[in-house]
Amino acid sequence: MNYVWAFVVGGLICVFGQLLIDYTKLTPARILTGYVVGGVILSAVGLYDPLAEFAGAGASVPLLGFGHLLAQGVMKAVDEIGLPGVFTGGLTAAAGGITASLVFALLAALVGKSKDQN
Amino acid sequence: MNLPPKNYDEMVKRANPPSPVLRDCLWAFFVGGSICLLGEGLRQFYLMWYDKDLAGTLTSISLVFLSAVVTVPGWYQKLAAKAGAGTLVPITGFANSVVSPAVEFKAEGWVTGVGSKIFTIAGPVLAFGTLASWVWGLLYWAMNKF
Amino acid sequence: MAIRRGDTVIFPHPPVIAAWAAVGGKKESEGPLAAAFDELVEDASFKSEGCKSWEQGESLLQEHCVNRCLRKAGISKKEVDLAFAGDLQAQCTASNYTMRTLGVPFAGLYGACSTMTEGLCLAAMTASVGYARQVLALSSSHFCAAEREFRTPLEYGGKRTTTAQWTATAAGACLLRGAGNAGIPVLSATIGRVCDPQVKDINNMGAAMAPAAASTLLAYFEGTGTRPGDFDAIFTGDLGQVGTTLLHEMMAHAHCPVDNHRDCGCLIYDVEGQNVQSGGSGAGCSAAVLATYVLPRLLNGEYHRVLFLSTGALMSQTTFLQGESIPGIAHCVELGSPEGGN
Repeated sequence: MNYVWAFVVGGLICVFGQLLIDYTKLTPARILTGYVVGGVILSAVGLYDPLAEFAGAGASVPLLGFGHLLAQGVMKAVDEIGLPGVFTGGLTAAAGGITASLVFALLAALVGKSKDQN
Repeated sequence: MNLPPKNYDEMVKRANPPSPVLRDCLWAFFVGGSICLLGEGLRQFYLMWYDKDLAGTLTSISLVFLSAVVTVPGWYQKLAAKAGAGTLVPITGFANSVVSPAVEFKAEGWVTGVGSKIFTIAGPVLAFGTLASWVWGLLYWAMNKF
Repeated sequence: MAIRRGDTVIFPHPPVIAAWAAVGGKKESEGPLAAAFDELVEDASFKSEGCKSWEQGESLLQEHCVNRCLRKAGISKKEVDLAFAGDLQAQCTASNYTMRTLGVPFAGLYGACSTMTEGLCLAAMTASVGYARQVLALSSSHFCAAEREFRTPLEYGGKRTTTAQWTATAAGACLLRGAGNAGIPVLSATIGRVCDPQVKDINNMGAAMAPAAASTLLAYFEGTGTRPGDFDAIFTGDLGQVGTTLLHEMMAHAHCPVDNHRDCGCLIYDVEGQNVQSGGSGAGCSAAVLATYVLPRLLNGEYHRVLFLSTGALMSQTTFLQGESIPGIAHCVELGSPEGGN
């Protein structure tokens, strides 16, 4: 069942994004930013954790999950080291994804080149 | 006749072909869902050896890697032209938004092109995501304190 | 002396378009006008010629096009007295680098997608009074150079909106000479006025430019006392399907319906089949359609008198991000049946 819910919940989160694209003037960059900030807020009010337990990657793979990660990370760090954790917690939790993006992007730039869309 | 006419906004709205919302949403659902399904498969695989947090991180790293691999030959762009939010919203979309400027702006140099433009698209996501987590961290700290 | 009627300059001794050429890329080679191009390049990055960037690729597109045009005109580049050229890149660099190679007297133009007709107007005015005997008008656009400069990296996954248009990878060139030479006569030239309908959607250029096209057409008809029916066809540069609908609606409102109107953006591609959303666009779009569709039909007698407009959207990335609306412009030339020369 894990897999089914991952597919369905992940798909529905994407559909919501598609509806924003089709029905509002929001550009993709704004939608992504909104998703991450939205993820932080949903996580802060305690709504996202149950969803992540239930849907697994269906909740953690969409960018809402990235926000959730930032919010969980900052809470964990505040619990451990107090006020300085406000500054270290978020990005520490997200470091894996960000570093991977940067490193793989640079490697991709090394091997790849700009291509026509034909 | 005065150009543009007073009701030009209305005319433009009428002239704009409607987005095929149902088709867009089906594409977004199946492609986005499939990427999450792949993520869940990877997560279950990593869960065999690691705890939940680490398995989640490894899943993200794997998906970012796969996204970079399909971005370089232009396949991610081709899929996204149909899938819309289905490829935008998952973390693979975030990775694509970092990898694509890195590849694109190689012609402008490694530092002034690749390095400086790498966050052209993803920058706002990191900036405002970080700010939001900082604000929440501060609130959380204050809530625990008082 | 030239006669002026409103915004329109009528040439009593019309200069002529003596030769023309068009070069296109891969998508253009799959479109309905493919057979009429002088040259189609499979790889618009010109890797085989040692080209390293899309920007330089656009210059090579222009260079190939000029060479073809001059060959057809039977002259060498040394004989060109003046070139009016422009493109879609910022600071119109594609043309600058083409002219570095060509080495002819050069006046750079920036009229966005309206550049071809802007160049034709100026070239016709110059040639008609003999300030220059062999005048080149040239413009181009390159899908890849435009995407990376104005939109997103080419590998970025994004879905185009239904109103978006596809920047043509194409260049078109015309060589003009004074009256008395063989070629297609330029009977009049109308330089347009900026018209800003307060459209702010960068993915809906057709809507931003349609009022400018209508305004230039109405100014032309009013100034010259003509009607749309006096022409075999009226062409606009790159309004696309959305802009075309809007133009027809506005012209009908003004009691001046344009049933004989065709849009270059809808001619260069199979709009339904080639997945180009609302149609083609770019400074190379109208230039290529002029050279592959309009001028050949005037030459073979299918058309006797046409109006040819190019429309431009005159914003920049900066003004767009600052929330400014998109000003549009449209220039127009009137073209007639071929003259034999004497």
